[in-house]
Amino acid sequence: MPEKSREYAVNAVLALGLLLVPLWALWAGEPFTITLATRIAILALAGVGLNIALGLGGMVSFGHAAYFGIGAYVAGILAQHAFLNTPVLGLPGSNQMLTIWPVAMLISGVMATAIGALSLRTSGIFFIMITLAFAQMVFYFAISWPAYGGEDGLPIYVRNQFPGLNTMRPWDLFLVAFGVLMVGLAFSALLRGSRFGAALMAIRQNPERAAAVGINPYGVQLTAFAISGMITGLAGALMADLTRFTSPSMMAWPMSGELIVIIILGGTGRLFGPVAGAAILVGFEVTFGGMTEHWKLWLGLVLLGAVLFARGGLIGLIAGKERHG
Amino acid sequence: MVEPVLTLSHLKKSFGALKATDDVSLTLIPGEIHALIGPNGAGKSTLIGQIAGKIAPDSGTITFRGRDVTQLSTAQRARLGLGRSFQISSLIPEFSARRNVMLALQSRQGHPFRFLKPVQRDRGLIAGAQAILTRVGMEGRASVPSAELSHGERRLLEIAMALALEPACFLLDEPMAGMGTEGVGKLVSFLQDLKAQAPILLVEHDMDAVFALADRITVLVYGQIIASGSVEEIRHDPRVREAYLGDPA
Repeated sequence: MPEKSREYAVNAVLALGLLLVPLWALWAGEPFTITLATRIAILALAGVGLNIALGLGGMVSFGHAAYFGIGAYVAGILAQHAFLNTPVLGLPGSNQMLTIWPVAMLISGVMATAIGALSLRTSGIFFIMITLAFAQMVFYFAISWPAYGGEDGLPIYVRNQFPGLNTMRPWDLFLVAFGVLMVGLAFSALLRGSRFGAALMAIRQNPERAAAVGINPYGVQLTAFAISGMITGLAGALMADLTRFTSPSMMAWPMSGELIVIIILGGTGRLFGPVAGAAILVGFEVTFGGMTEHWKLWLGLVLLGAVLFARGGLIGLIAGKERHG
Repeated sequence: MVEPVLTLSHLKKSFGALKATDDVSLTLIPGEIHALIGPNGAGKSTLIGQIAGKIAPDSGTITFRGRDVTQLSTAQRARLGLGRSFQISSLIPEFSARRNVMLALQSRQGHPFRFLKPVQRDRGLIAGAQAILTRVGMEGRASVPSAELSHGERRLLEIAMALALEPACFLLDEPMAGMGTEGVGKLVSFLQDLKAQAPILLVEHDMDAVFALADRITVLVYGQIIASGSVEEIRHDPRVREAYLGDPA
């Protein structure tokens, strides 16, 4: 199908562009551009996570900042304990990304399972509101926890390490983020093509029919919600390392909104939608953020345009509607 | 006495003061088509909802394949072998006809928690779905998204999805609804063959089709069974003529 191959082409352009622009910046000596590309990759990864719940499963979570923030706090807390050489819950801290990531994914996954288990008993607007409420509870918990910075957040003095790379160098950190994003996208691609993905997409479109052919909507949706939270949590851990700071604002509700905006701008449910969406968002921030502090007004107008005239987001605009053979 | 596949005993369901299901008991035995008829508002849909697991009865039990399924979910009943079609076509609109059938096949073949193996390269699943579409005469429309199928094709796809479950019992809710004479004729002969595979509980408005197909007919009026018997018995039952056919005999 020509539309299918056009989508592959868009995806390839996005992936190559995200790799080549910072490579050029490395050559031209523009470390700030590399950092921007890293930011895009990490936000895209958070979007890949949310896209599994929202895009494939139709679960409009307005609380994914919670998992993003939990991932960030895991990175910050483990790094602090490693730095101070003190134990956390009887275990040593860690400054190794390969240790921090599984812990971040595990804890965000557990939280997503707990929150999802309760939230999925509702649907529609109630689901949106209950996920928001849970995320705000996590946020208020974080700002009232003085041991880890409270409202001031938690600095990471030395970036956590990845074997064989110097993560303090922008290009090295970019490679880490880009690599993880690609793995996340590959997983997302496999998931949507699998039986589980078929069941999840079917439930979004017609839960009653899915149940009538023997699929348990609640179980499938809860599993997808947990996976979704884990990936967004992993992105949060990376973001803490990029900014070298774990801030409570990473789990505040505007972050949840930003993740939804990324999905909508890029193309809801599309594999590379979050990559396109994150690039648009960061692009706007850089282009208009320098001119006016009200740059979000312009972002809002673009979002309005996307919702009114381009429901499929950027990917949908270029590659047309998605088809499931 | 043959063991019934499906037994409803003393089912009751009220919505406020309205008794939608009022002490309904019936059985479905292997090899038969048991038609459930009744005027609009007789409670047929509520009864179907209770059998399928969408509505919980206030009291009474549903036994399916020798097991009390009253407390089981829709999905659990489907996996036990209850294949249903909906009164208003209920399909996965973005999926092609083939993928709709594949969805039904995959859950019968095992739980859906297979995360990584691509469905589109699962030859067994694709071939199985294609064979079922061929059985209902839709092999040429396999790759059309179900939202773009004609009304008649959607009715057939409903039945194909029920077939894919290889059910122990079919629950068909007005399969002829909105079909032309030719479509009804084809479907009647199809169902005639289908009942050898598994018995059918058939809710239908098309009386010609019901009289042509049914081995037994149960008549529901205001949530109560007013008559149950063979086609001839029902045809000549004065209560049925009065209540249902609106014809004081």
